[in-house]
Amino acid sequence: MNTLTLAVELAHWQQTTIRAVVGLVAVLLPAGTLVYLFLFKMMSFMQSRLGPMEAGPYGSLQLLAEVGKFLQKEDIVPENADRIVFKAAPFVVLVSTFLLVLVIPGGPDLMFIDVDTGIFLALAVSSISVIGILMAGWASASKYSLLGALRATGQLIAYELPLVLAVMGVVIQAGTLNMQGIVMAQAEGEIFGFGGIGSPFIITQFLGFAIFLIAVQAELTQPPFDMPIAESELVTGYLTEYSGMRFLMFFIGEFATAGIFSALAATLFLGGWYVPGLDPTDNLFNVIGPMVLLGKIVLVAFLIFWFRFTYPRFREDQLQTLAWKVLIPLSLANIIATGVLKVVF
Amino acid sequence: MTVLAALQGFDSLMSGDTVVAQNIAFGILALVMIVAALRMVTTSNVVHAALYLVIVLAGVSGIFILLGAEFVGVTQVLVYIGAIVVLFLFGIMLTRGALGEDEEADTEKRRMAVLVGVLVLVVTGGAVLDSFGDAAVNRAAPSLTAEIGDTIFSQYIVPFEAVSVLLLAALIGAIVVARKD
Repeated sequence: MNTLTLAVELAHWQQTTIRAVVGLVAVLLPAGTLVYLFLFKMMSFMQSRLGPMEAGPYGSLQLLAEVGKFLQKEDIVPENADRIVFKAAPFVVLVSTFLLVLVIPGGPDLMFIDVDTGIFLALAVSSISVIGILMAGWASASKYSLLGALRATGQLIAYELPLVLAVMGVVIQAGTLNMQGIVMAQAEGEIFGFGGIGSPFIITQFLGFAIFLIAVQAELTQPPFDMPIAESELVTGYLTEYSGMRFLMFFIGEFATAGIFSALAATLFLGGWYVPGLDPTDNLFNVIGPMVLLGKIVLVAFLIFWFRFTYPRFREDQLQTLAWKVLIPLSLANIIATGVLKVVF
Repeated sequence: MTVLAALQGFDSLMSGDTVVAQNIAFGILALVMIVAALRMVTTSNVVHAALYLVIVLAGVSGIFILLGAEFVGVTQVLVYIGAIVVLFLFGIMLTRGALGEDEEADTEKRRMAVLVGVLVLVVTGGAVLDSFGDAAVNRAAPSLTAEIGDTIFSQYIVPFEAVSVLLLAALIGAIVVARKD
């Protein structure tokens, strides 16, 4: 890996400041893109309507208008709520989201932290958001909120297992937990001696990719896995009592997490910032890498949102059955098969 | 590279400044953990107690990372914060989960709990002092995940398998106890 040559040598605190700002952009930019492209426009087109058209060209500034609207609303805390826990809950969810983005590499030298545990760290911090959801549901002092939070927790615990197990296949193939290492393994890999397109793990680990996407869908509590916020039964579940700024934080958290999980899937299965045909250590990737990654994020997110807008909601027992009786055994079989093939070849 | 090294810039890992920074970070973490641990056992709201436990466990994870044991630190987050405390909270909210103070939390059992707590402190503290004494932590070599995996599956394979079987037995036992028929 060649080192990125900068005109100026930056002190550690300056690098940290830049990383913090870039991290903020890396969380919010994909989130905004997904909301506009898919939630506003794609869903509208699928329902034969135009969606937002007034704010800016083709409604592209609608997002800013929405944020402005939420910021103006009153921040209401219910009378009987546990005030401190109620107010802290959205921050816990956002912290989990912002920690997730740390491990994703944007180019051969572009990364927030190059850690040995990589994907393991990401899966660990993604589980923190459950605590935020439970805090929100309990502190709201409302039965709908509490029911929503309990459903969310049962669902997140169940789908975290296939999520982790689906990644195992990739880790076995790449031989490392490090995200940069996983990208390099795909860039330099060969399929039966043919190295023209590298070896994106979506080909060899297609089952893992499918399980990962289903589990991500459930982790995001999106339809068809939206029992926790089932609006026909629970108002909006654990979000019921939230308004204004704090609701906006949950909303950003949901779509930012969708973006980051798409980035994780893109890095693990689609080769991350790498484009076939070029030298993966080329300095060029420090420039185009983030854009390539954003393109792949939009591609994966398209699948996620396509399912979201297409399928009806699962019943609670069907949802648990799918996780425990179908996805977990399948992902375990995938791990065994990958392990055996790794040893044989 | 480990989280620790990545956060500090690898070159400065061994310098004197880093040791000072590590000591300051340790001091802050330790203080937060002690306050949270005390609040956890003195609060009369069970949910608050579980949330204070999250802070304590996050502090433990931070200290592991400070010591260069990155894999253990991350596992701490995944297992304890992501699973065990979530199950605590889930159980509390399913069964009681009343908002506000819970009078039943403050019982006569408190004295026994203090006694057990002191005993555990003495035993574990004694064991740690006995085995390590004042040996210095090896700062030069943060442990790599691959090495941990290799050691578990070669040198420590028998204890590892024994623990696995023990956990499986506990799991089956829990199901047997929980089943009504």
